Amino acid sequence: MYTCKEATHLVLEKLERRLSWRERLGVRIHFMICDACARFEQQMQFLRKAARRYAERHQAEEQDTALTPGAKKRIRDKLRDA
Amino acid sequence: MTNPPPSEIRLSLPEVWLEQHGDALYRYAYFRINDAALAEDLVQDTLLAALQAQESFAGRAKERTWLIGILKHKLIDHLRKHSREQLMDTTPGSDQDFDALFKDDNWSHWRTPPSVWDNPSGALEQQQFWAVFSDCLGALPSRQAEAFTLCEIEGLDGNEACKVLGVTTSNVWVLLHRARLRLRECLENHWFDQGKGG
Repeated sequence: MYTCKEATHLVLEKLERRLSWRERLGVRIHFMICDACARFEQQMQFLRKAARRYAERHQAEEQDTALTPGAKKRIRDKLRDA
Repeated sequence: MTNPPPSEIRLSLPEVWLEQHGDALYRYAYFRINDAALAEDLVQDTLLAALQAQESFAGRAKERTWLIGILKHKLIDHLRKHSREQLMDTTPGSDQDFDALFKDDNWSHWRTPPSVWDNPSGALEQQQFWAVFSDCLGALPSRQAEAFTLCEIEGLDGNEACKVLGVTTSNVWVLLHRARLRLRECLENHWFDQGKGG
């Protein structure tokens, strides 16, 4: 039977690799008796979803990101010196 | 086919690059490192390097693709150098941040269990939530932020992220785990637990 610490560690690992069936089963059994770890797992899934959404939002904003006129001038000056 | 028309030869090539591709290069860098000054430096270094390496271009690839390729190398060089300076941050094994979350009893229970988050899906629709999310991301130690950005926001897999960060897979995982724990805590403190009283 996993402790909270072990279960939490596996929840984190699960985001990077496929857990073995034994690990998956152990985590599921732990969740039945532990709301805190089950919440932690949901929150990690939420974080992943939020990161994806953040990327989409970021890409929409991305078009507005550009070199400032000052930055362009600084680079141009450097290029002329080169 | 590789010779530009005479009118273009008279223009300074790097300046043309700056006009035509500067913003695209800047965006590419900025999105990956979240640092305006550094992104500007990288664009400059890229164009200077491109100037040196002009002959190697010879019109084999699209100009922008070629320039982005150079920028990518500059970016990776920077991150590598950076990662050597901060190797301590990625040592796996004894992870005190993680251990500190749990009690020393037999079941190593949470010291402070994750709280109940009210309506997380709704949060994604609120402008204010994204400001908090962005602040929390910004508050991460830079290596953790880089790992999280590469893997979770840019969607690189662990192996690709290792190459960019110049560390081993287990180091990337350690960085990611720490980033996730901190982000969770930060969102809980600054968003989900707000207005709960106390």
